[in-house]
Amino acid sequence: MDLRLDVSKRNGWTVLAADGEIDIATAPRLREQLIGLVNDGATQLIVDLGGVDFIDSTGLGVLIGALKRVRTNGGDLALVCSEPRVLKIFEITGLLNVFAVHPSVDAAAS
Amino acid sequence: MNTSSPGSEVVELRLPARPEVVSMARLVIGAVVTADPAFDDERGADVRLAVSEACTNAVEAQAAADPAQEIVVRCELTDGLVCLSVSDHAGGFDPDRLPVHPHVTDPQRLEHESGLGIPLIRLLSDTVDFQVTPEGTTVTMTFAPRPLEAAPLTRPIGA
Repeated sequence: MDLRLDVSKRNGWTVLAADGEIDIATAPRLREQLIGLVNDGATQLIVDLGGVDFIDSTGLGVLIGALKRVRTNGGDLALVCSEPRVLKIFEITGLLNVFAVHPSVDAAAS
Repeated sequence: MNTSSPGSEVVELRLPARPEVVSMARLVIGAVVTADPAFDDERGADVRLAVSEACTNAVEAQAAADPAQEIVVRCELTDGLVCLSVSDHAGGFDPDRLPVHPHVTDPQRLEHESGLGIPLIRLLSDTVDFQVTPEGTTVTMTFAPRPLEAAPLTRPIGA
């Protein structure tokens, strides 16, 4: 199991695309990358979970921490996710009310 | 010791207390559960998530207390139910005395990156029981083969 992370730009947003599984083993790298991006001044962030087929509460915790960090810096964080099984964990935890979740990067960056 | 009933299937994993083993536990337990046609992919995904949460807690507790000891994941399919237990040897904790976090829609919830794991286990499983002894903690969950109902949409964690 692995998690691949890729950073790109879209319409002034910084897009972090994740591909793989996000759990206790891989979440620290996601956290490190997100902190690095915010510290480098990227506070308009999109985390693209389109390639993520599994996320658990450890991964959700990292995203909650990143949302707090970008908001503290006057920015915003949007998620991209259309995989029903991944969306389900956001639904049942109530986090769909916390995060802006979009079906595509284009929709998130528009 | 095998206390399973006749005809039941038991899988037991003894795993080192390292983060990398959690994905292995998900893979094995998920495959065992969905091999039973009564458990569809969605219910299998529920079990995989619950395994991940329970193993994460066990690995973190065990690694902090005594990383030389293993965690034990046991899965039994019997009478149409999945019975899953995850044990550590980390000295135990009281699940009823966990810190209470604000509701997820409360801005103060952003102060807390942890604390979603056990509520998720409670939501995904049909029954859950924590056995805490001076040696460690065993969380035992059962899963029936029906898909999770839509109730969580109107009853999010903490509501």
